[in-house]
Amino acid sequence: MTRVSLLGRLPEAWRQPLAVAGAVLALLWLVVALAAPWLAPHDPLAQELPRLAPPGPGHWFGTDQLGRDILSRVMYGARVSIPLTLLLVALSVLVGGLLGACAGYFGRWVDETIMRVADLVFAFPTVILAMVVAAALGASLTNAVLAVLVVAWPAYARVTRGLVLGVREREFVLSGRLLGFSVWRSLRVDVLPNITGPVLVLATLDIGTALLLLSGLSFLGLGAKPPSPEWGAMVASGVEVFDSWWVATFPGLAILTVVLAFNFLGDTLRDALDPRTARAIKERAL
Amino acid sequence: MPPLARFLIRRVLLAVLMAWGITLVTFVLTNLVPGDPVAANLGQRALGDPAIVAQWRAEHGLDKPLWQQYLLHLQGLVQGDLGTSQQSHRPVSQDLAEFVPATLELAGAAILVSLVLGVAFGVIAALRRDRLSDHALRVLSLVGISVPTFWLALVAFYVFFYRLQITPGSGRVDAALGGAPAVTGLQTVDALLAGRWDIFASAVGHLITPALVLALYTIGLLTRFTRSAVLEVLGQDYVRAARAKGLPGRTILFRYVLRSALVPIITVAGLAFGSLLSGTVLVEAIFAWPGIGQYAYKSATTLDLPAVMGVGLVVGIVYLVINLVVDVLYGVIDPRVRLQ
Repeated sequence: MTRVSLLGRLPEAWRQPLAVAGAVLALLWLVVALAAPWLAPHDPLAQELPRLAPPGPGHWFGTDQLGRDILSRVMYGARVSIPLTLLLVALSVLVGGLLGACAGYFGRWVDETIMRVADLVFAFPTVILAMVVAAALGASLTNAVLAVLVVAWPAYARVTRGLVLGVREREFVLSGRLLGFSVWRSLRVDVLPNITGPVLVLATLDIGTALLLLSGLSFLGLGAKPPSPEWGAMVASGVEVFDSWWVATFPGLAILTVVLAFNFLGDTLRDALDPRTARAIKERAL
Repeated sequence: MPPLARFLIRRVLLAVLMAWGITLVTFVLTNLVPGDPVAANLGQRALGDPAIVAQWRAEHGLDKPLWQQYLLHLQGLVQGDLGTSQQSHRPVSQDLAEFVPATLELAGAAILVSLVLGVAFGVIAALRRDRLSDHALRVLSLVGISVPTFWLALVAFYVFFYRLQITPGSGRVDAALGGAPAVTGLQTVDALLAGRWDIFASAVGHLITPALVLALYTIGLLTRFTRSAVLEVLGQDYVRAARAKGLPGRTILFRYVLRSALVPIITVAGLAFGSLLSGTVLVEAIFAWPGIGQYAYKSATTLDLPAVMGVGLVVGIVYLVINLVVDVLYGVIDPRVRLQ
């Protein structure tokens, strides 16, 4: 039902200027990420003179303290941050969705166990918990992704659980079960199509948050390691050379525009959903 | 038992259970994960000497079975022992006690700004639904939740302090003033208590930029949420009845709409406070604000695990208490909640 209404109202949503702006921005970054080797004017790791050159012809975004071209690094950074963020959100949807669906479908102690663990994660502010997990696992980009996954899955578990609870007792699910569908078949055939719409919208909204967290961890030195052109780490290196403003400014703008693109998209898509599920998502997405 | 008392008791018990869960989480994270505290703490030469390694492990109780370590850990926590920071070589609790007030002052200022601006913006957006100001506020609030805080802090510091020189730089007050005698630990309040207006002005001046940077995200969040909460109330029958009665718009807004819209907004504000506490980790380092955020930043970058866990624990508990207070307030204000 939700799916039908989402698809039915999608064309209207796409006519919104915000959605168009978001889609264009996201598409631009996708092209940059894919074509970075051809678009980037320099090797992102090549250390050449002049160091800390201000933006100008030759180096449009200037160079950093090691003489690396910042424009090229920002472009290559898209190949680090964007795929990792998408993977991260996909994993959160998978883990959280599966656990939430089990909690909602089976109820009883399965529900209790899963949701209490989710509550526990919600008991921490996200950056703090992600930072604690990342610090404990050791500083690396993979561990940073794991850390964000740990704080991200409960949102999906809650939303999926709520949605599953909403359809579990509906006639078509019950009649499927009476026809002899196995639990998994029932979940896959009858339940899943009814919850994908809202979960996908939540995922779109979450891409921005995930990227902010991931680059925040890298900024703290708990993510990407130095030579890698990761945006958060690049901003961190800009802190050291404070008066060369361009070192931190451009990677920061890169993060901002990517997050903005997905928030524009997600916000419009959420409005296209029916109000009840939209509210459920809004409350959970905090 | 009256429903309100039962509601309160259940909430408090739940909070205690969650607090215990938090200690379990921080303990498991410090102990079960691959990061080796020995390697992180001892130099290369000391690591080569098994005697030194064994002594260090025994000193920190790492040679006992895990459940005993947890009990020891819990016993320590109850006595206020959060372990020793590997960097400052001081008890983590002592470090934290020193830094917590500064962070509470910063986060408190930020939540105040967010509530005032976020609710005002949200009400304006709802009353002018689908008009230009609504759309403008929507874009603004989306930008607010999309800006990387750590980057914004850097930009604000560079522009306002370094370039324009209209805001004071790092720290909480001008060093020359020395600061007010500590009573509450909140610089602004202490200055007022001491009747030192010069210190108060300096403290507020230092507070403005980091608080605004920190608040931008929560302003965006609260604007969006207030807008939908107000819109929902505006559609209610009793608002229509009030309007039909011919009550002035201001009375309807404050007495009818805001009063019931504020209840969910307070809940969100409690959650927003959590994101503010998180944000301090990314902001304080830039503004050299001597709070637990900067402490967490330094501990994280040097992989000082006891200190990081101490921050996680304290912030987790503070967050828990705030949400408990919000929950209880919610139950006191709205009788429907406590009857659930």
